Amino acid sequence: MEQHWQRAKAAFAAIAVPPILWLIAFFVIPLGIIWAYSFGENVTQIEIGITGTFANYARVLEPLYLTIFLKSAWVAALTTFLCLIIGFPVAVAITFASPRLKMILLMMIMLPFWTNLLIRTYALMAVLRTEGLVNHSLEAIWRLVAGIMIGVGLNAPPDFQPLELLQNTGAVILGLVYVQLPFMVLPLYAALDRMDRSLIEASLDLGAGHMRTFWSIIIPLAMPGILSGVIITFIPSVGAFLTADLLGGPNDLMIANIIERQFKRANNWPFGSALSFSLLYITFIAIALQAFLAQRSRRRGR
Amino acid sequence: MTRNHRSMRASRRSMLQALGAAAVGLSFGSTLQGCKKEEAKNGETPATAAGGAEEPKLNFYNWDTYIGKTTLEDFKKATGIEVNMSLFSTNDELFAKLKAGNPGYDVIVPSNEYVTQMAQAGMLMELDHSKIPNKANLAPDFQDAAFDPGRKYSMPYTWLVLGIGYRKSKVEGVPDSWKWLFDSDKYKGRIGLMSESADQIRLAAKYLGSSIVGVTPETVKQVEAMLIKQKPNVKVFHEDNGQDLLLAGDIDLVVEYNGDIAQIMRESDDIGFVVPKEGSMLNSDCLCIPKGAPRPNNAHAFINFILDGAVGKEISETILYPTPNAAARTLMPESYKTNTTVFPPADAMAKCEYGKFEGAEKVRMFEEAMTRIRAA
Repeated sequence: MEQHWQRAKAAFAAIAVPPILWLIAFFVIPLGIIWAYSFGENVTQIEIGITGTFANYARVLEPLYLTIFLKSAWVAALTTFLCLIIGFPVAVAITFASPRLKMILLMMIMLPFWTNLLIRTYALMAVLRTEGLVNHSLEAIWRLVAGIMIGVGLNAPPDFQPLELLQNTGAVILGLVYVQLPFMVLPLYAALDRMDRSLIEASLDLGAGHMRTFWSIIIPLAMPGILSGVIITFIPSVGAFLTADLLGGPNDLMIANIIERQFKRANNWPFGSALSFSLLYITFIAIALQAFLAQRSRRRGR
Repeated sequence: MTRNHRSMRASRRSMLQALGAAAVGLSFGSTLQGCKKEEAKNGETPATAAGGAEEPKLNFYNWDTYIGKTTLEDFKKATGIEVNMSLFSTNDELFAKLKAGNPGYDVIVPSNEYVTQMAQAGMLMELDHSKIPNKANLAPDFQDAAFDPGRKYSMPYTWLVLGIGYRKSKVEGVPDSWKWLFDSDKYKGRIGLMSESADQIRLAAKYLGSSIVGVTPETVKQVEAMLIKQKPNVKVFHEDNGQDLLLAGDIDLVVEYNGDIAQIMRESDDIGFVVPKEGSMLNSDCLCIPKGAPRPNNAHAFINFILDGAVGKEISETILYPTPNAAARTLMPESYKTNTTVFPPADAMAKCEYGKFEGAEKVRMFEEAMTRIRAA
């Protein structure tokens, strides 16, 4: 192997250099600038001086912002959990479907990606709002039932009260689950599809019930998929701000909303950078944790 | 500030959203990159364009749905100059884009507080009034402005006032006090406030008897306590989309700009607008030339053209915002001149004030107060 790529050094360089340069120019350097900003302060309205101050990070640690960090993490965790319990059966169903049906199901999972996130969020608003699809349908059913009740001589029920489905934390979580679900289903499907089915058959043949097989065979084998699904669902959920902006109520302030404001209205890029990087540090820790857990589960698997 | 143009801002936002925190870094990179590209595309730098004749082109950076239907074509017919208009959706976006240097815009349309802020930061070019004779068309009130003494950097394009947009059938009489939004549970769960910190806090301060300008930290504390108490009654802190939420029936009372409410009144008879009796906050969007504009002569010609009476009329007819242009207003139909949403009654207007940019510390104070209100 080693010899092989030594011989093909030129070819390897030709393939590897452009993406590496691309990453350096458009990822590492801009991110480095933002990182430097997080140790700076506004000198004038348009100039940022990199003074090496830790004041921005000290401000991040104020209880006000820590509470918002925690709340965002909680919302993201709940989203991830819901995605997992909804996504797992879906992934299992896709895995065991006929090849033709499998194609169709996978297509349906991926189809929403073809539409812009904003459009999908507005569509969700149209469905959930007070005068929206859900409330109108419920009202129609309510009227029908009321009509029947009056018809058979019962007292008329009270007027229909529309459900408050929008502008609350529940709506934010629903919106996030809706958006993130494919990110959970696809890695789960990938892990389940790779699984050696003879192990399931063996488990069933040797007397384990379906539940036992599920918990002792399928779940452990799917663990790498579960962990990567959890990670790629959790991270974007923590960083989501559009959903909280549009579907959230007065209390739904996520950390990403604060970051957005620092870069725009508040014109405080240094503090915004410190907040972004704090989020990034947390993300790194989460990924490291995932890698550690995945390794442990792999070792246990052997 | 909002004018039905979330789509652009939104696509930027959704990109950020999709890429997560790292994208904040990327978007900065792409801003810089965008600047360079645009400069290259325009094929000139400010230095080379300073003297001599200018090519017949103009880069105009404007809000969406904020120009007359034929204004730009008319300008081309009159002068031969071709206008390339691009759109921004918030003052912050405009500011952020020009912060790292002018990427090639000749005319921009910041609001009054940003005129001050950009002028202070040295981002605007002084206007040559001898090249703008149509300044004479402006109403006397707009000949000078406190936010830009002597109109050194800006010519007024429109003005706006914040007030209460409401659904007539769901509200008792005319809700002509901020009380119903800031300090009462009468309309519990049907109220929309602004998430924009500085405007929301200053309006609440105005309700408490303070002036819009010079709000003290003590008043901000009071506002904070009042709005935290009011929060259970508030349905949403809206992101510049208050008029849409009102029109869709999600809320029945909302803090919004008169022009935004005037636009949805075209779609529903059940919508009303009132400037509360405690007074409110005024804004004025202005035409300015950013420093480093490649074609300052064309820019002056364009500003002068916009201030022409007939041109101003054409613009006002389309956008339905109040015009500061006396010549244009006399040409407008009665239905516009007597529209109390576009031009609220004089007694209400008498208590309104312009906001003022009072430095970065103030901005931070408002922003932190709003964060505490939302997190409480």
